Amino acid sequence: MDQKPFSQGLLSSEADSQRTLYPYVTGTSVVALKYKDGILMAADMGGSYGSTLRYKSVERMKSIGKHSLLGASGELSDFQEILSYLDELILYDNMWDDGNSLGPKEVHSYLTRVMYNRRNKFNPLWSSLVLGGVKNGEKYLGMVSMIGVHFEDNHVATGFGNHLARPILREEWHENLSFEDGVKLLEKCMRVLLYRDRSAVNKLQIAKITEEGVTVSQPYSLKTFWGFSAFSNPTVGAEGSW
Amino acid sequence: MSSIGTGYDLSVTTFSPDGRVFQIEYAAKAVDNSGTAIGIKCKDGVVLGVEKLITSKMMLPGSNRRIHSAHRHSGMAVAGLAADGRQIVARTKSEATNYESTYGEAIPVKELADRVASYVHLCTLYWWLRPFGCGVILGGYDRDGPQLYMVEPSGISYRYFGAAIGKGKQAAKTEIEKLKLSEMTCREGVMEVAKIIYKVHDEAKDKAFELEMSWVCDESKRQHEKVPEELLEEAKAAARLALEEMDAD
Repeated sequence: MDQKPFSQGLLSSEADSQRTLYPYVTGTSVVALKYKDGILMAADMGGSYGSTLRYKSVERMKSIGKHSLLGASGELSDFQEILSYLDELILYDNMWDDGNSLGPKEVHSYLTRVMYNRRNKFNPLWSSLVLGGVKNGEKYLGMVSMIGVHFEDNHVATGFGNHLARPILREEWHENLSFEDGVKLLEKCMRVLLYRDRSAVNKLQIAKITEEGVTVSQPYSLKTFWGFSAFSNPTVGAEGSW
Repeated sequence: MSSIGTGYDLSVTTFSPDGRVFQIEYAAKAVDNSGTAIGIKCKDGVVLGVEKLITSKMMLPGSNRRIHSAHRHSGMAVAGLAADGRQIVARTKSEATNYESTYGEAIPVKELADRVASYVHLCTLYWWLRPFGCGVILGGYDRDGPQLYMVEPSGISYRYFGAAIGKGKQAAKTEIEKLKLSEMTCREGVMEVAKIIYKVHDEAKDKAFELEMSWVCDESKRQHEKVPEELLEEAKAAARLALEEMDAD
């Protein structure tokens, strides 16, 4: 399917039908941070079709094997494809039955290779991935972008989260956050995103991964406040406007 | 029973005057010379067991696996030429993941057995390939419940309640026939399989052996996995006891 006929160049129009040009159904930011016992990750459940908030129950975080949690933003069908690849990877790993299993570092490396190689063929998987996990007591949190840029950090975010959530995290994150503090911090970030990101929906999940395993919370909503005096009579300074 | 097929046994694409393909029969002999492998279908799952003959004292226990997982829900025990077995297992895994990629669900065990059989049969059709020198006992658990299949070097595959291949297959089959499989759970099946393997092991001809067992049952959440350590040890102890009691008579 990736074969291009000899006569066509790399960017010719017929070959265009065989590579990604733009995303269709997209998820917005994923935010994640390391805390005392592992990783906490938050993502809302929205799938936007352009400017329409079309799907409102999309699970954008999935557990991978025993030790990892993957969250994705961007094209959701590419996320599903990535899950399919990882499923096969984990299956083959399990079938060795040798007492070893792929940890988050290995899965992160695999994803990086997949994303970077696709980018080199001008046919990217249009997703930003957040990979977190704990193995043998070691916490790991990393990110891979659609062009294969990858790095590890104490807190990461994709999309709008990079601009709105990371500054909050840089200010308020510290080592050994308790679970409650971690959730509060994530909710603070998600609330800002909810107010300011037009593709955010008010239905989110928070997932945690520790040495024991993955728990994804039930979907819930954040409380928002719209009772600002400036909103109560918005046209007071300019009669006739709306 | 063995007859020399002089002249008609040089190629797998040659029939003998009495309608036999000798190369396939010779391949089956390779299976008969290896350690016994048995499989039984209990009411809640399948148990596979292998008498892994230890050829060298320097071998690490747990190495040279004879039972492999083919997919989450199924596994296969191999008897015969180990390298041929490895090839069949690799192909089976590939068929299983291919099916899942295309159809979105785990491959039904019947379909998997069909594909293994077709692949083994393929190698009996061309003069530039030789038949696989190994037999496979495939056990799995899908929507239609637990199932057990056996594939021979000729490419024949049947569904069984109980199957045995290798050195002690005759003795093992006799023992399996005595069991009431439809009323047995896999926990009990594990104990029985261990007893049978210990019983058919020929102390005189082969010295040491390692018992390898796996199951796929309700208790293992329908996943194919090695029988848990404690249960395996329990089964081995019970089998050794049963053997001593028999010898004492």
